[in-house]
Amino acid sequence: MDTNQALFQYCLRLGDTNLILGHRLAEMCSRAPFLEEDVALTNFALDHTGQAEALLQYAGQLEGKGRTEDDLAYLRPEWEYRNMLLVEQPNTDFAYVIVRQWMLDTYQCLLYDQLRQSKDAVLAGMATRFLKEAIYHYRHSSSWVERLGQGTDESQRRIRQALDDLWKFTPEMFAADTSEIALAALGIVPESADLLPQWTVNMARVCDKAGLQMPSGDHASAGIKSGRHTEHLGHLLAEMQYLQRAYPGAKW
Amino acid sequence: MEHITDSQGPLWEVFTQKKSGQPYQHAGSLHAFDKEMALENARDLFSRRGEATGLWVVPASEIVAVKPGDAAPFFDPADDKIYRHPTFYEVPEGVKNL
Repeated sequence: MDTNQALFQYCLRLGDTNLILGHRLAEMCSRAPFLEEDVALTNFALDHTGQAEALLQYAGQLEGKGRTEDDLAYLRPEWEYRNMLLVEQPNTDFAYVIVRQWMLDTYQCLLYDQLRQSKDAVLAGMATRFLKEAIYHYRHSSSWVERLGQGTDESQRRIRQALDDLWKFTPEMFAADTSEIALAALGIVPESADLLPQWTVNMARVCDKAGLQMPSGDHASAGIKSGRHTEHLGHLLAEMQYLQRAYPGAKW
Repeated sequence: MEHITDSQGPLWEVFTQKKSGQPYQHAGSLHAFDKEMALENARDLFSRRGEATGLWVVPASEIVAVKPGDAAPFFDPADDKIYRHPTFYEVPEGVKNL
């Protein structure tokens, strides 16, 4: 596989995951349990959207067909999105928002840390920048998991429910596609399967503090590789893409 | 001890340090349920854009303040003792932080 093409796919995968999570978090604006948390979550929305912007811009350059980050973000059909299925899951309640965030933050901390060593200077530079944000997100989300786990019967029940429910989206974080395999061989990206042991250790540590049983067993899901999504992405895109579809080329 | 609280959690006062070595200054207040949350909220509200190099959060209920009724004995200066005021000194030129 052509290296640029592989890197395009890879950046799309990382960029889309950030884009969709950024949108999900933006939906929390004015809906968080209290004002300070509202500000925190929308800050994270901006962080993820910013990461998506940088990654999709680079993806567009690598693709070489003149597509901008906006074209990639707003003008693709659902099956061309390569985000993890985890991040398109809806904001069912605050526990779901937090668990989704925590699972991804734990992952991104490890991934960006490795990507800093990438032989691709652009990717390495972005990872260095993103890692600082990811570490902060992790601190916030993991402390909420502990808090809710140690809180009331109600908060415990909800955080456990969210964790059990979202756990099925774990496998795709560590599944490699052909572009990743090609890039890993060149020392441009880490193999995501190598991140699994440390991810498990870090997740277990927080579960332990929160008094939560870490779920076992997994159900393979294959959004990134196949372009198949859960029913939630279509609704999200309908809202996210509305403006650019209704008023093509609209700018502010 | 009076405990300031509502459905948003206790009130905390936030102090930021603008530059290393400078004193911490009051930046504002926020709600949080524990120390870690207070620190994280302070970061998101007051130092996210590089406004600070240091952050303190203090439970508002731990701050001891002079009651308005005690203002006179605390704050009214003894104007009859003019020697208490540093008006007899020449300020050397070029001194900025006196």
